[in-house]
Amino acid sequence: MSELSELYQAVILDHNKKPRNFHKLENANRKADGYNPLCGDQLSVYLHVEGDQVQDVSFEGSGCAISKASASMMTQAVKGKTKVEAEMLFNEFHRMATGELDEENEPNHLGKLTIFAGVRDFPARVKCATLSWHTMHAALNEQQAVTTE
Amino acid sequence: MAIVEELIPIKPKPSDAWDVERIRKDFPVLSQRVNGKPLIYLDNAASSQVPMMVIERGAQYIEQEHSNIHRGVHYLSMKATTAYEGAREKVKRFINAREAKECIFVRGATEGVNLVMHGYGRKFIGAGDEIIISAMEHHANIVPWQMLCEEKGAKLRVIPMNDAGELLMDEYDALLNEKTKFVAVTHVSNALGTINPIAEIIDRAHKYGVPVLIDGAQQAPHGRIDVQDLDCDFYTFSGHKMFAPTGSGVVYGKQRLLEQMNPFQGGGDMIRTVTFEKTTYADLPNKFEAGTPAIASQIGLGAAIDYLNIIGREKAAAYEHELLDYATQRLSAIEGVRIIGTAKEKLSVLSFTIENVHPHDIGTILDQQGIAIRAGHHCAQPVMQRFKIPATARASFAFYNTKTEVDELAEAIEKVIEVFS
Repeated sequence: MSELSELYQAVILDHNKKPRNFHKLENANRKADGYNPLCGDQLSVYLHVEGDQVQDVSFEGSGCAISKASASMMTQAVKGKTKVEAEMLFNEFHRMATGELDEENEPNHLGKLTIFAGVRDFPARVKCATLSWHTMHAALNEQQAVTTE
Repeated sequence: MAIVEELIPIKPKPSDAWDVERIRKDFPVLSQRVNGKPLIYLDNAASSQVPMMVIERGAQYIEQEHSNIHRGVHYLSMKATTAYEGAREKVKRFINAREAKECIFVRGATEGVNLVMHGYGRKFIGAGDEIIISAMEHHANIVPWQMLCEEKGAKLRVIPMNDAGELLMDEYDALLNEKTKFVAVTHVSNALGTINPIAEIIDRAHKYGVPVLIDGAQQAPHGRIDVQDLDCDFYTFSGHKMFAPTGSGVVYGKQRLLEQMNPFQGGGDMIRTVTFEKTTYADLPNKFEAGTPAIASQIGLGAAIDYLNIIGREKAAAYEHELLDYATQRLSAIEGVRIIGTAKEKLSVLSFTIENVHPHDIGTILDQQGIAIRAGHHCAQPVMQRFKIPATARASFAFYNTKTEVDELAEAIEKVIEVFS
């Protein structure tokens, strides 16, 4: 179970059970829907952007533990950041999940998001972890929908 | 035509007990370890494993007989043609078709449905006509008909099902009318395991003179098929779900219908004469087999049929039934597990959900224990919508699975519940 416990760490299980910012955002001015046609995961990411800053962020939808926990932690990470910072996090997270970024030895701003590094050993699950990030990225760039295919 | 090679007599071994350990030795893939654990392969409804006898037959063809079929006058071409047509003869017996030429080789059941949609549907179905399918179809038996409806302005009607996953036959009666031009229904649901009353479905459609296609992808590896007894107009199945290689499969059609139909793809082998002004088509079955087919795979399908006959189809089915009953009983007893698909007549498929755990997480955790199951919508999204769930986990059995493996599955599921509690 060693590899497994790397993927399903306590933090991830906790966010899965009690997802943060898991609601519709009433004053959202950006929204995008993310869809993973392979497994049927779907979620919506809401952003309240003012000027250059992501004032508030939330999500709703359904998916596996990895996608739900990742979305939950994405909202925490992005809230209060500038658009440029949010995009940078998206980029770093994506590179970490796909194995392009060595989060232990290369400079990055991922902090506790590095607990998702384990998904790169589970190729079938990478999309679960990155779905909410792609959706946030789409909302930020005022696209309406994104799929992982 | 129809040169029969090496037809192996149907002779099940005399002992009554199912010697699963001996059977398992026929399947080299089963002896490996996955993630440090012995592989427990419970994804048979997606694709089944291939016995040594089939592997060897395919290898023999590639090593000693490979050539293009139906063309050369040379030795190897004749060998290849003989083996390929021999496989068709085996298929004919397997489904009790009247003629081998009624058995068209296709890439799998998906191509079988598409062939009938193009060849029959596009020729005989028009605006205002209705096509009936069921609520438990695989996407392969939904999407082609939807495409046809869109093209022709025809209408797709759907037989609903109850909470157990059984078709509502009264509703079917209500859907049938003089506008109905085609019925396409699955023999066994890949997502629920339900065995549908297809003889009755065919019979009622025929009262309106409507032809019926049966998707037999899940029936072929596990049960009896008699197309004459059923009187079905089309019947299709995939080789790779019945212990043969991928790329093999069959669509059966009644000769009269196949002759009336348009060809499917155009190309070599399906023609009689070609000029730039006009082409005339070949007779059955070549009319529907344009281009060089998956010769090795179809010969493998023939060998898989031999294998099933040798081990005894009836006995294998009885054992699988026992296994499904045992697994249903084991999993039902676990608190938090819900079985999806509880029809009275079921076969080999056990779909389930675990409270508060997404099927993909179940799939990943089971995989770490060396257990292969399918997690997802099983290419049957309308079934998931009907049961208001995003996906299910699905264990599907073959005659080489064991009760010990079912026990391991049950224990692994308990572990999943523990991780997520």
